[in-house]
Amino acid sequence: MGMFEAILLTIATAATPLLIAAMGELVVERSGVLNLGVEGMMIMGAVAGFGVAQLTGSAWLGMFAAILAGAAFSLLFGFLTLTLVTNQVATGLALTLLGLGASAMIGESFVGLPGVRMQSLNIPVLTGLPVVGKFLFGQDPIFYISILLTIGVTWFLFRTRAGLTLRAVGDNHASAHALGVPVVRVRYLAVMFGGACAGLAGAQLSLVYVPQWVENMTSGRGWIALALVVFASWRPWRILAGAYLFGAVTIGQLHAQALGIGIPSQFMSSLPYLATIVVLVLISRNKRLTLMNTPTSLGKPFVPDR
Amino acid sequence: MKKLLMALSMAASFAVAGAAHAEEKLKVGFIYIGPPGDFGWTYQHDQGRKEMEKALGDKVETTFLESVPEGADAERSIERLARAGNKLIFTTSFGYMDATIKVAQKFPNVKFEHATGYKTADNVAVYNSRFYEGRYVQGVIAAKMSKVGVAGYIGSFPIPEVVQGINSFMLGAQSVNPNFKVKVIWANAWFDPGKEADAAKALVDQGVDIITQHTDSTAPMQVAAERKIKAFGQASDMIKFGPETQLTAIVDNWGPYYIERAKAVIDGTWKTHNVFHGMHENLVVMAPYTNMPDDVKKLAEETQAKITSGELKPFTGPVKKQDGSEWLKAGETADDKTILGMNFYVAGVDDKLPQ
Repeated sequence: MGMFEAILLTIATAATPLLIAAMGELVVERSGVLNLGVEGMMIMGAVAGFGVAQLTGSAWLGMFAAILAGAAFSLLFGFLTLTLVTNQVATGLALTLLGLGASAMIGESFVGLPGVRMQSLNIPVLTGLPVVGKFLFGQDPIFYISILLTIGVTWFLFRTRAGLTLRAVGDNHASAHALGVPVVRVRYLAVMFGGACAGLAGAQLSLVYVPQWVENMTSGRGWIALALVVFASWRPWRILAGAYLFGAVTIGQLHAQALGIGIPSQFMSSLPYLATIVVLVLISRNKRLTLMNTPTSLGKPFVPDR
Repeated sequence: MKKLLMALSMAASFAVAGAAHAEEKLKVGFIYIGPPGDFGWTYQHDQGRKEMEKALGDKVETTFLESVPEGADAERSIERLARAGNKLIFTTSFGYMDATIKVAQKFPNVKFEHATGYKTADNVAVYNSRFYEGRYVQGVIAAKMSKVGVAGYIGSFPIPEVVQGINSFMLGAQSVNPNFKVKVIWANAWFDPGKEADAAKALVDQGVDIITQHTDSTAPMQVAAERKIKAFGQASDMIKFGPETQLTAIVDNWGPYYIERAKAVIDGTWKTHNVFHGMHENLVVMAPYTNMPDDVKKLAEETQAKITSGELKPFTGPVKKQDGSEWLKAGETADDKTILGMNFYVAGVDDKLPQ
């Protein structure tokens, strides 16, 4: 395996959880809901995925458990903000805190146990292709899911009637409601999709990235995913670009450090954030297009009049 | 939830103590920076607490507060432990230093023990660990085991404690192979499993065949296992994460010190001090030497024995700094003040120290 190929693989592993979590949050925000609980849902997914994989010995079951855990946890957020109409920002933050605490409690007995690793694909001939073989045909299943997810979300949002409805709800919930769209139901579904994605991202962490469980192992990745959604101006392919750019600069700066090029490591560590912000701001320069893609009702509470 | 339970049990035990009174148990409190489940720094302190409970049985009663931030909360938490009747309180992170001193002034009858700091008082002692002694042994092993002659070192933050480790590792390695190289990556985090794994992968991709870390998670060990190279564990024995990978690990063994100090309070012989303990005092312990040929194992054991007996001090001249200037003359050893404030590399480290 050449160095270039190895770097590509490392970048993909680093970018995948960000991509999946951000893609879920994109759908949530497109429906007009701001869920700041991504970090909390992600860590719940991580602990559920690790735990179930540990108990059953199957990484796949762990992955499904993580998706369910993320979705179930997001329902709590949905109930509070959509049915009880609490403040979305405060509720989202609370969800993150709750997730970090609850996962630590659930995972207490998992600490110090080596986890179950999700196996990578191995297709004869194709995986062995030079340079791109392993990247295209030799990765873990969650990587392929993340790419399919990006394609699926794009198609859903911009090519289906349901996607149009979801965007309408996010742009103007009053009008959508007047047209007979079940606003709250659409948002519930979106929030659960977001939760499922965050859970899956968590499973990638505890089953692929670093197969182990430790408290707070997401280390802020949920927040990075949240920021990606905004900087990508709510567009799926830009999230993919942003996530991979972030991953590439993160890995690149580590390699630069190992080569000993002598730039202060504190600066190098902040580079991924800087680079991602700068690039995504630059590609979002078109004001009209950005406005068009911003869900206008984002974060606003909706109480259906009767 | 756990904290709530702890607070309740503390309140309950306080009430019981007030009522019964006659019981002569020494109450010992601990303040932790992280959760005991971090499998690293705090985990080892908690192991020490448990050892103390085991050794002293019903003569002591321990309580801990976990994940206490190093700010205003620290002072409040330490004071809470003092008010709850704890007569000996261990504050186990550098950043608790000022809070410990402050609370100690209010409670002159309570003894305080602060880890890794430098401020003492009549009722505040300081204890520090010479982790770097273990790094020297690791360096010796690395130079023997590495085929390419380059090791990867994952650092957390460029503070003296970590720089000591890198230099000591380098000197140990150079004692075997003068041309040995170390590649350093700073993760700029104590704990971020993902990033630590990325750093480990980057080092492996650049050709190192041995990894050592000064960050807290087991992620680098896992990467090393996956890539079939060798690695050293950190803070606790990580052999479970790399049964065919771990060469040894530096284990922080706080138990004996905690037992000794609790006994001193019980016997009334406790005095303040500022100690810098290492292998000699059994504070720095090496996990079993595994996955290496017998001759390397023998050399490692000999090195460890020499450091333990004091015959070998890792920072002994002749040593040049990275810029080529002389640091220690032949036979000269570094004093503790220089070691505790170390902010430069020795010659041979392939990295520029971030200032």
